[in-house]
Formats: sequence, C-alpha cells, structure tokens
Amino acid sequence: MTGTYLGMPAMPATPRMPAVPATPEVPSFPEAAREAVRDGVLRANLRHATHTIRDKRARAVAELADWDRLRAAGRAVKDHTLRHLDRYLLQLEEAVTAAGGTVHWAADADEANRIVTDLVRATGEREVVKVKSMATQEIGLNEALEAAGIAAYETDLAELIVQLGHDRPSHILVPAIHRNRAEIRDVFRTEMGRWGRPAPGSLGDDPRELAEAARLHLREKFLRAKVAVSGANFMVAETGTMVVLESEGNGRMCLTLPETLISVVGIEKVVPTFRDLEIFLQTLPRSSTAERMNPYTTMWTGTMKGDGPTAFHLVLLDNGRTDTLADETGRQALRCIRCSACLNVCPVYERAGGHAYGSVYPGPIGAILSPQLRGTARAIDASLPYASTLCGACYEVCPVAIDIPEVLVHLRERVAQGGPATRAGIRVTLRPADGHTAERAAMRAARLLLDHPGALRAGERLLARARRLAPRRLPGAGRAWTDSRELPTVPPESFRDWWAARERSTPR
Amino acid sequence: MRAALFVTCVSDVLYPRTGIAVVRLLERLGVVVDFPAAQSCCGQPQYNTGYRYETEPLVRRTVRAFAGHEYVVTPSGSCAAMIREHYPRIGRKAAAEGRGSELAEAAASLAPRVYELTEFLTDVLGVTDVGAYFPHTVTYHPSCHGLRGLGLGDRPRRLLAAVKGLDLVELPGAEECCGFGGTFAVKNPDVSAAMGTDKITAAAGTGARVLCGADNSCLAHLDGLLRRTDSPLRTLHLAEILAATEEEPPS
Repeated sequence: MTGTYLGMPAMPATPRMPAVPATPEVPSFPEAAREAVRDGVLRANLRHATHTIRDKRARAVAELADWDRLRAAGRAVKDHTLRHLDRYLLQLEEAVTAAGGTVHWAADADEANRIVTDLVRATGEREVVKVKSMATQEIGLNEALEAAGIAAYETDLAELIVQLGHDRPSHILVPAIHRNRAEIRDVFRTEMGRWGRPAPGSLGDDPRELAEAARLHLREKFLRAKVAVSGANFMVAETGTMVVLESEGNGRMCLTLPETLISVVGIEKVVPTFRDLEIFLQTLPRSSTAERMNPYTTMWTGTMKGDGPTAFHLVLLDNGRTDTLADETGRQALRCIRCSACLNVCPVYERAGGHAYGSVYPGPIGAILSPQLRGTARAIDASLPYASTLCGACYEVCPVAIDIPEVLVHLRERVAQGGPATRAGIRVTLRPADGHTAERAAMRAARLLLDHPGALRAGERLLARARRLAPRRLPGAGRAWTDSRELPTVPPESFRDWWAARERSTPR
Repeated sequence: MRAALFVTCVSDVLYPRTGIAVVRLLERLGVVVDFPAAQSCCGQPQYNTGYRYETEPLVRRTVRAFAGHEYVVTPSGSCAAMIREHYPRIGRKAAAEGRGSELAEAAASLAPRVYELTEFLTDVLGVTDVGAYFPHTVTYHPSCHGLRGLGLGDRPRRLLAAVKGLDLVELPGAEECCGFGGTFAVKNPDVSAAMGTDKITAAAGTGARVLCGADNSCLAHLDGLLRRTDSPLRTLHLAEILAATEEEPPS
C-alpha cells in the first residue's frame, strides 16, 4: 500500500458496513483454545507468521548496541508518567486546547462511544473512516456507531480484511494473522463489491494484487470521508501532539484529508516531553514490525488553518485504567506500547490463536490487561491468568520490560484466593472466583502433607506399594493429564528411603 | 567441600534415580553430600497457581531445612528459580501485609546459597569434564526456568559436550517451552499437549536416542507424550548422563 496517486474514483452508493459480530457468550480460554488447537490451517498460518516476525525482530533488535538501555529508559519514562498521570493529563488538556483542539474525558466505554457518536452526528455525516486503533476496538465503537446509523470503515489493510470477512481481529498488530492469502482473496472477491468498489473478477492471491484491490477500494473512501476516527500511539503532554505510527499510509490519509478528526486514546498513552519519543520511535517499530523505522509517523497538534482537519477532538479514555493503576504489581501492564512482540514469541498464543483470549488484546499482554481492565468476574477473565506456562519469553522481548509472568501469578492469586482490588475507584476485597473450591482444598491438603515429612514419607511408601494398581486413566482433574500423556511410573523406592538405607549401611 | 542436596519433591517420589545420580556425581568430584531430611516441596506448584498463602509454610520449611548449609544443590532449574526469584518476593509481600520481616530475611539468606546442578558444577567446582561416559546421540531441551529464569546459558551444553562418547545434536526450537508449566498441563491440556508434541517431534527429528533435560517435571510431560508414540526416543535427566561411567552406566 505505497501508491500515492489520487485519481477520482467512481462513487457508488454504499450500504452500511457490517459491524464486527458481538460475542456476548465468550467461552473460557481452555475451551476456546481446544477448538483452535484442532484447526490445522489456523495453526499453520499462526506458526508461519509468528516465527517469521519473531526471527526478524530478533535481528532488528540485535542491530542496536544500546537496546538494554533503551528498554530501561522506556520503562522509566512510562513508570514516571504513570506515577504523575494526573498532572500530565491536565498539562496535555491545556496544550491540546491551546492548539485549537477540544478534549473530552470518558470514564468508560459507554461514555466514550456516546461522545464520539454525538460528535459525528453534529457534523451531519453518516459515515467515518477509521485509522487502526486498539482503543476504539476495546470500547466497541464500530458497533456503537452502527447502532446510531453511522457506518465506520476500517482502512488498515488487515482490519479491512477482518471487517469484510465478518471476522474478529486475532492479533494486535496483524489482526488478520490467522488468515492466509487464499482466504483473503475469497473475502475480497465476495465482500468488497457490497461495500464499495468491487475486487476485480480475476483477483488472484498474489499479495501485490490483493494490496492493489484494497488500495482502489479504500481510495474512494478516503476521498469522500468528512470525518475520521483514530487512536494514537503517543500523546505529548508538553506540546499536545498526537502521534500515530503505521506502515501503510492509510492512516495518514484519514488523519489529513477529512474535515473533522476524532481521536480516542487511552490515558496511559501520554508521555511528558517531545524528546521522550526518541526512545519509543526506536523500540516500537523494531519490536512490532521488525523495522528500523516505521514507514509513516504522523504527528499533529490541534488544528491549523488551511492544512488538515479543521476540527480536532481528543477523547481521553479511562475504562478501567485508573483501577489498574491503583494495583502496585498489576500497574506495569499500563506501560504497554502495543508492539505485540509478546504475542509473536508466545508458544501458547501460537497454538491457541488470538480469538481464544476473548478480547481485543490477545496473547500474554491480553492475559494480564483484560482481567485488570474488565475484572475477573467472567469465566474468560478468570481463565486468562492461567493461559500461560510462565515460560518468560514474553518478558524477555518486552521493550518496556513488563514482567508479564509476575503479573500473571499476581492475578492468579486474585482469582484463586481473592483479595484487594480497585473497581471504579473504590477499594474492594474480591472473593475467590467460582470453581476453585476443589483446587483450593487440594492445595491445602498437599501443603499439609508436604509440610509434614513423616506423613509425606508414609504417603510415598503407600504410593510405591500401590504402584502396580496405578490406573492408566485418572479421574477428575488428572484426566486432563492422562488424556494425552502417560503417567510416570512410580518407582519401588523414593530417594528419601534410598538415602536412609544407605546411611544405615555406610554410617559416616 | 560439603553441599546439601535439595532433591525436589518430583525427583524424590517419581525420579529417585536423578537424586541418586547427583549424589554419585558429586561424591565422585570430591563433594561431601548432605541430605537434610526436613526438606520438602519448594512450593512452586502452589505459588504459580495463585496460592501464595499456602506457599508460605513451605518457604519457611525449606529455609529452615537448609539453614546451616553453605551450598545447596538442586537438579531442577525451576525449583532453583523458585527459591532465588520468588522466595524474596513472597517474603516482601508477607512483610507488606503486616506479617513481619522474618520470611523476607529468611528468603534473602537462602536465595544466594542455592545452585542449580550445572551452575554448581561449572561455577563453584569449576569443572566442565566430569569424567562421564555415555556413548549415545543426545539432544538437550533447556527448560524455561533454567534458560530465562536462572540464565544457565550454555553451561548444560558445555557439560554434555565434554562427556566421553556422547554425540550432542542441536534441538530445533530448543528455547521454546515444552508446554508443561506446572498446573498449566492440566488447566490447558490441549495447548499443553500440542506444545509438547511439537517438542518431541523436533527432538525425534534430530535422530537422537536420548532427549536430555535438567527438570524432571518437563521430562515427565515429554516422556508421557513419547510413550503414547512408537518413538525410540527416551527422556533422561542431565544428572544421570553426567553420573554415568563405563563401569556404572545409567540404569
């Protein structure tokens, strides 16, 4: 998508775009993952894509001699900003306002959606073009606009594939990662014509051909749209500048051509000074697309006469972020710059796919972000902290050094044992999530046994004596082990007994 | 030199041969081995599953059991990482929750004295060639906690490469997790088995006859999967290879 020629395309009357299907009944992670593991095509697509990008990332990162220092600096800037978030957000509001923009504060998804819908309605328009944005997906903005009779067109190539395919994104950076070329060709052939310029009938699955079809389809949308909706990768408090990094240039079209620009941005995206961008403009592209620099970096500060949109609105989104900030261990998740390096190295993500995480934030970061932003009451959110082997690969690649395994264990504790948390600004004590009673009892029994070596030893001997009676299939939770694996054979004598016997026969 | 063996609960009950191999190996290298009988489980399964309070008594027990020992050696990277990385964390949280600083102090005193077996051999004893003989083709799976938690680096491979008769072949995707992950194996059995199957497939593809690791829990999972196939590959703990000699091959 590098073509810059802007001809005047034909403009057929287009019906409303399909909203991404809502999923009220989300299965728990293990349940959803079971389906994905059995889907050979999906696993092959994911494996190919994640391995390609993880190898490229490793090479791009290895080029910088000061990567560790950049990582530490990114972490420090983010931690500092989060500690003084109230101050920097007010400074940002002042700077945006002074530059001719308008700042709106949204406590949750509903409020943010209402603000954006009202802003679009005030323009009299019935359609908007969208720059790829995680924040607007998080709040379900497209669905909210759809309900208000406003069509939202995704313009990022991968988001377009997902939207046209009535699908859900499965990766932060590569939302259509689960689709291969042939599948994309089929989606373009059948769907494009229903929403705008159709794909050529002869469309093949060559990436160049696919990109060209998308380019022509999108071009008429760019030229017609009067309103654009975006997110932002960064917001600079001292200048009020918004920053969007992208690879295709489609975002820049949306950010510069329409008359009204509405940006919905999570409050954690602020950085204090323009100079802080120096760190993230190096670490984000290398961690995400494995590029030394992303092809398009668009920055805008309020509005400017005769150049770009004449109206700019910034919607600052909380939606669980200040609650997360109140948690000492969990707050480090707010450092995330959405690079998705953790997804690409995660062996669990690779097998389970993005949809299993039941959230727009899949993979390791999703497993710690979603249960904090949404709480742990639902089955999916209570299962996410367990969707990891704690192998640590995610922590190793994270460009802002989020100790994801540490937060996972912390959230497991919240799920299994309950404890303090902040919800809607109020300190509460959570009860353990449902379904952990038997596990808790087993853990207590094991602890009692393990804390009494005499009992442990008796248990070991009992196990050794009964070893010939050991079943091949275990009941209850143990069945999950024996369904695909053999049990270890119990030896006739434990180490403890071997040692004691040796001590008796050869006293030292 | 004296060293205490922390055998780990999995090795004690299910893989006593590993503990026996560590004793034989260390004694062969001139180390006097102690086995404090008061030791038990390090508490890793409880802690990693979210039962931090259930872990605290086990932390106290482990710290007490090894109180008088300058060196504590364990044939498990994940148990070593539990003590080194998480015990201090558990101690700090207990203090922050008003249960005193005793646990934090105890954790801080034990953590630096605990060594994973290959660290002890290379860093403390300063040996690479331990005089072992094992005439087989071997591939090595570096478990995640040893690899990333402890930063064992190439220590295990250096030790294996020095074994007489041993042909060490590289495992493709060696740094990827095998899918065990403690209770992950039963909470997410499908993903766990898929990961483990990829691991044993990669290992079988090397032509090796032995898949070697330094964590019996990972090996129990991989061995459990292998035994459902007709693969000639078998799993073996690193300690058993290092303890093997021409006179005393592994059982």
